[in-house]
Amino acid sequence: MAEENNDVITKLVVTSSDSVLPIDAAMKIYESSTDIVIKETCFGTMVTGPREAVNKVVKEIVDLDKNHIFVKERGFPPGDDRRCRASRGGGTRPGFYFLKEEAMMLPMIGNALDKYDKHVPLKEIEHKKKLGVKDLQDIVESSL
Amino acid sequence: MAKVIIYPTNSLILSDLVQRFGHTPLAMMEKIKEKVTTVGVDSPPMNITAEEPKHGLKYAAVEVPAGVRGRMAIVGPMIEEAEAGIIVGESPMAFGCMGCARTNELTKYLIRSREMPLLELEFPKDDDEGQEFVYKIAEFLKSLDEVKGESEEATE
Repeated sequence: MAEENNDVITKLVVTSSDSVLPIDAAMKIYESSTDIVIKETCFGTMVTGPREAVNKVVKEIVDLDKNHIFVKERGFPPGDDRRCRASRGGGTRPGFYFLKEEAMMLPMIGNALDKYDKHVPLKEIEHKKKLGVKDLQDIVESSL
Repeated sequence: MAKVIIYPTNSLILSDLVQRFGHTPLAMMEKIKEKVTTVGVDSPPMNITAEEPKHGLKYAAVEVPAGVRGRMAIVGPMIEEAEAGIIVGESPMAFGCMGCARTNELTKYLIRSREMPLLELEFPKDDDEGQEFVYKIAEFLKSLDEVKGESEEATE
């Protein structure tokens, strides 16, 4: 039983694509004949099942738009009592805020990956520097 | 293929990028999965046993809150296992659900104190920074292949 459990993994597939919607990803999984459980969410899909089958299906989904679909493994299975909102009395599940923050960055990361594939040269950026103590002291003293 | 520890340890972007460029991300999610699916640990709402804070003593003193030691019991072995690291700082969300800020400080300190290839960045705020972010990570991960290839040749 334990060995069987160890082989079951859950992956989060987060889509930020203009051409692929979460439902397309879900349909791809529904089409597969493997015994995989999926859950559609606001940010994409959660795929649970045997490791090999999940990896195969996830690769198929990512290939739909490889630079704009992102994947990470998830520790808890979908609907787990410790994370599921249904048993926790509502609110976002732990970890959602981080995912939300990162999901907002995904279009930027996806575009950068497109540029990387096309070998677009990197622009030189001037990073803002923090004000040094000495400079601050000079400013304070100059205004006196 | 190198094992790359990422910070924030549960980051979607970093985990994806490391895997995308052909390496293995050492991330919190996989370790948590081992914990929650192991028979005997699976006792909601607890994810760890009383043993974990003891294992954490290797990384943090006994005066340190048990939460830090409990987290370090999971993060510590990942740092020891790592062959390279990526730290992304200035993360506004690396506080709260992500875990105790002191655990994060300790994690970053331990990663930096390992002698291994390390890349330190900040989360991007606009498109140009995003491009630089991805390029730096991609080049870093590609350079790991070269380093690894050279060291394998040297051992042969």
